[in-house]
Amino acid sequence: MREAILLFLVVASGTGGEICVTRAMKHVGEVTDFRPLALARFIFQAMKVPWMWIGVSMMALAFFSLLAVLSIENVSFVVPVTALNYAAGALGGKFFLGERVTPRRWTGVLLVCLGVTLVWLGKR
Amino acid sequence: MKSSAGLHFKTYCMLLIMVVFAPLGNILLGKGMKNVGSIVFWAPSRLPHIISLVLTSGYIWLGVAFLLIFFVAYMLILSWADFSYVQPASSIALLVVALLGYFYLGERISPLHWAGIGVICLGVFVVGNTPPRTTEVR
Repeated sequence: MREAILLFLVVASGTGGEICVTRAMKHVGEVTDFRPLALARFIFQAMKVPWMWIGVSMMALAFFSLLAVLSIENVSFVVPVTALNYAAGALGGKFFLGERVTPRRWTGVLLVCLGVTLVWLGKR
Repeated sequence: MKSSAGLHFKTYCMLLIMVVFAPLGNILLGKGMKNVGSIVFWAPSRLPHIISLVLTSGYIWLGVAFLLIFFVAYMLILSWADFSYVQPASSIALLVVALLGYFYLGERISPLHWAGIGVICLGVFVVGNTPPRTTEVR
């Protein structure tokens, strides 16, 4: 039960964070200059977008939950299970952003869920 | 106009960094946290001791550094590539984590577990091969 709660936090918070960071990065624009000073300036620009802070905070929560679950479970179990964030992403896209999720994408999501079930059963 | 070959090259470089550093970071965190031991949430008195163990673990610091490198590469690639294009790369990272867990950490992985990892990788790959945009821009 404890690992299920922690894995839920890793998946839900991680997916929410990724969506927020993606939104912030699209707002800042494409990176064309890879010199250290230009990169630092780019990261500084990204940090001025509120979505980046929300995203990073959610990713931090996901990270600490990951640390906690890694203290009780094997990494080869934990990391594949976190692939559930693709299912969370598809559900979030459909129900919160009103996106149309294609049948092919649902097939992929179902495969991920089936795989996670097999990993969970294979652990016992 | 941007060079297509140049764009492909920098995309592949970033994907390679992501696929190498994310699994290594996770493996190092796993090793570090195993050394720390199980975290008992209902014993707040043990929390300072656990935090000090986490903060003094070289494996955890190295894991965090590797994940930061992954995160910077991830941020950079998302500035020009579609999220759904970047996704399939993480399916390879899942397999790399399992292989490293098996060979480096000596974790026991049952055939059912391997089958599950294979199906997850396939699922992530299918998700990544769908059109990046399915909703009309208003």
